[in-house]
Amino acid sequence: MATTITKTKTLIGKAIRRREDPRLITGTATYVEDIKMPGMHYAVVVRSPHAAARIRSIDTSKAASRPGVVAVFTGRDVSNVGPVPCGASLPGLRVPHHTILATDRVYYAGHPVAVVVATDRYIAADAADDVEIDWEVLKAVADPVKALEPGAPAVHPEWPDNKAFDFHQEHGDVEKAFAEADVIVKQRILSQRLIPTPMETRGVVAEWRAADRALNLYSSTQIPHLLRSMVAQMLGLEENRLRVVAPEVGGGFGCKLNVYAEEALMGFVAMKINKPVKWIETRRENYLATIHGRGHVDDYELAATRDGIITGIKLRIIQDLGAYHQLLTPAIPTLSVLMMPGLYRTQNICADIVGVFTNCVPTDAYRGAGRPEATHGIERMVDILAAELKMDPAEIRLKNFVQPSEFPFPTATGLIYDSGDYAAPLRKALDIVDYQNLRREQAEARKQGRLMGIGMSTYGEICAFGPSPATPAGGWESATVKIEPSGKVTVLTGASPHGQGEETTFAQIAADELGVDIDDVLVVHGDTALVQYGIGTFGSRATAVGGTAVYFALQDLKAKIKKFGALLLNSDDVTLANGQCIDNKTGASKSVQEIAAASYRAMQLPPNTEPGMVSTHFWEPPNFTFPFGAHLVVTEIDRDTGAVKVLRYVAVDDCGNILNPLIVTGQVHGGVAQGIGQALYEQAVYDENGQLITGELMDYAVPKAHMMPWIESDHTVTPTPVNPLGVKGVGEAGTIGCSPAVVNSVVDALSPLGVRHIDMPMTPEKIWKLIRSAQ
Amino acid sequence: MKITVNINGKRYSNDVEPRLLLIHYLREVVGLTGPHIGCETSLCGACTIELNGKAVKSCTMFAVQADGANITTIEGLAANGKLHPVQEAFWNEHGLQCGFCTPGMIMASKQILDRNPNPTEEEIRHGLEGNLCRCTGYQHIVNAVKAAAKAVGA
Repeated sequence: MATTITKTKTLIGKAIRRREDPRLITGTATYVEDIKMPGMHYAVVVRSPHAAARIRSIDTSKAASRPGVVAVFTGRDVSNVGPVPCGASLPGLRVPHHTILATDRVYYAGHPVAVVVATDRYIAADAADDVEIDWEVLKAVADPVKALEPGAPAVHPEWPDNKAFDFHQEHGDVEKAFAEADVIVKQRILSQRLIPTPMETRGVVAEWRAADRALNLYSSTQIPHLLRSMVAQMLGLEENRLRVVAPEVGGGFGCKLNVYAEEALMGFVAMKINKPVKWIETRRENYLATIHGRGHVDDYELAATRDGIITGIKLRIIQDLGAYHQLLTPAIPTLSVLMMPGLYRTQNICADIVGVFTNCVPTDAYRGAGRPEATHGIERMVDILAAELKMDPAEIRLKNFVQPSEFPFPTATGLIYDSGDYAAPLRKALDIVDYQNLRREQAEARKQGRLMGIGMSTYGEICAFGPSPATPAGGWESATVKIEPSGKVTVLTGASPHGQGEETTFAQIAADELGVDIDDVLVVHGDTALVQYGIGTFGSRATAVGGTAVYFALQDLKAKIKKFGALLLNSDDVTLANGQCIDNKTGASKSVQEIAAASYRAMQLPPNTEPGMVSTHFWEPPNFTFPFGAHLVVTEIDRDTGAVKVLRYVAVDDCGNILNPLIVTGQVHGGVAQGIGQALYEQAVYDENGQLITGELMDYAVPKAHMMPWIESDHTVTPTPVNPLGVKGVGEAGTIGCSPAVVNSVVDALSPLGVRHIDMPMTPEKIWKLIRSAQ
Repeated sequence: MKITVNINGKRYSNDVEPRLLLIHYLREVVGLTGPHIGCETSLCGACTIELNGKAVKSCTMFAVQADGANITTIEGLAANGKLHPVQEAFWNEHGLQCGFCTPGMIMASKQILDRNPNPTEEEIRHGLEGNLCRCTGYQHIVNAVKAAAKAVGA
């Protein structure tokens, strides 16, 4: 049989408006908070107001006696549930026992202590205030550097040095590189704690079906299947009797790539009261008790030759872990180490991480997860080196890039960069702003006393997580594609999109491959009762890994369509094109719809072929993908107020092939907004007692519309050889490329005043003080 | 207390607790799913509705204060099966990702255009100050408001 399959690509690469939007723009989508069930009860979690304290006693009697309250549970009641799992492992890792409610001691402000369940959410909130706890307040430590000092309060008394782990990695001959260096530059660089802040907080609805011994759990999560496996374990339930549904999810950015105490707790409550129960996190709780991101104190040293070739990098990371390990907490800084060489060729690196417990909510994956920290560090250091050598920051980057002829490129940290032309996006960004002319403008501005800066970053990121041996829970993704008897196509993806638009992009892939109308394709996700086991959406993986699984499932179906088509056409030479199986000799044809119907009717079957038109594929990626790009930022500083104004923001990103430019641009914009947030506005601030000072949107500065610059987004396209779609991933690129470009620009603006480095966030107050002290 | 409210062209009469927030009335009593709750400090704007022609954050009011009011929520914008131009523009311009802020964002955008049919980019950005979006970086939202202005003006 001939194997020609003519591809009739019509949708891939087109800016198709999203198919998930009609329900979202009409207010009819179903988020967890929208789920209602007969007899539903409401839970409120009682949390510790202290960062470190002993619980002498808890009196729940007043709360329990309030009319409408059906139950109050404390740590003792849930001792058989849990613990909250940590999926990361490192040699010698200390793992605190993480119960779902505190028992005799609390470790951070916001630590869950009890849960109150009532018939009404107002009653539950009132009753939560009635729970009386006798506290013995202890000394807390919230600063990871202070936590390492001798005599610091011990977060966990059994580990007085507050260290969770030490990690070391090196490659090449770093000592030689530094001994022979013409120049060495050093800098401490902070990547401050950030609060992810999806607009939808977390929330859970749990429904216990006692007769079936089955639990339905609706949770605002990025990983419904992994959550099912882990919550089943925490509750001692059979996994096949737990159904997890991620309904509409209002943003995650990594903070819902986790398994939280409340998810198991609501399961427990539903089973105990034998009624459905709903818990919706308040924003205050979201800030106190949902993971934070970043939290790095990084000491960098760069060795280089006089002409700007980087010959070695040393890095020591102090990682603020918070009080516990959430799902991936200790693994996040190891991603920073993996990406520490950035796009540069040097083979001599040495990295140390010390993971430090603090009396704060745990850090974990937040958009970029370890890579923004790495990129911020190396891109700041390259600028510092350029300043030291009086070289142009673009020139020094171009000198050190891995070259297009060197791929696949083995890095000093053990990765294999897949493909790239790292100079291309930088050159494009420089062209867009007319760089030489811009520098002349800057010189003119400086003559007039204006503080104008030009900054750039050239970033690389590790995406499409990932080969299973390199991930904590398997790195493949799954897809089932079904052509129903009517010819309609259903795609079930194990990824769990929550704003990234895969209901559209996966439909584009399926419609193109099968040659059917996109309106005939439906993409289903997020329900463990409907979808085969999957991993989820995080790490810019959904399209690169999940989309590829869809692609391969479609190839199976296409082969099967051709087999049935050949049988129906009585031909041994058929082509599949434009939704038609065509006899190459006679020109007779059968549509995909006719063939699908025949495959279910099964009057005749091709040899060794089963009825039906369904294929499931679990795709294991052979490598990560490595998107890259260049961001260039022009700023001007107000001398009197210290305010930073972004005059131009140019983002040239290479995420491989682009399936839907509308969606890709949206991802870049959103990523940049979170990078701008880190660079200029956001910081989670704990005081010395471990109280979260930025505990509300009032105090934590999420960028608003007028705080964002216009973003000029452009692309270069270097397909990855890792998957047949050639896509690399784009979810985190904007965030990763952004912050160093903004800081480099502001440092450049202030460099005439002798400023060499500024830590984030670059608030007007901080900049104003810098200007004042320089004058 | 008994209140009577006209919501999206339909009359509702209910007995409510005086402390019941308007957003909870709309969601829990009336059963709407469009207005969302993203904070408890009236900063996020996800609960924005139109009350007597003005955009209001429905978490800043008690239900009893809305007695006798005319309310439009995102659910009431489309007429005769046809999307409102602002809804259509958000869809065309990719002005949303996770969609959680979108109902409030669309109501606020409608209000901007009701007050000023041809806003500049700066006016749009300042008009949206009371509404947070964590996904889009706002640029496609700004484009959507501009596109809606054009569509309405055309």
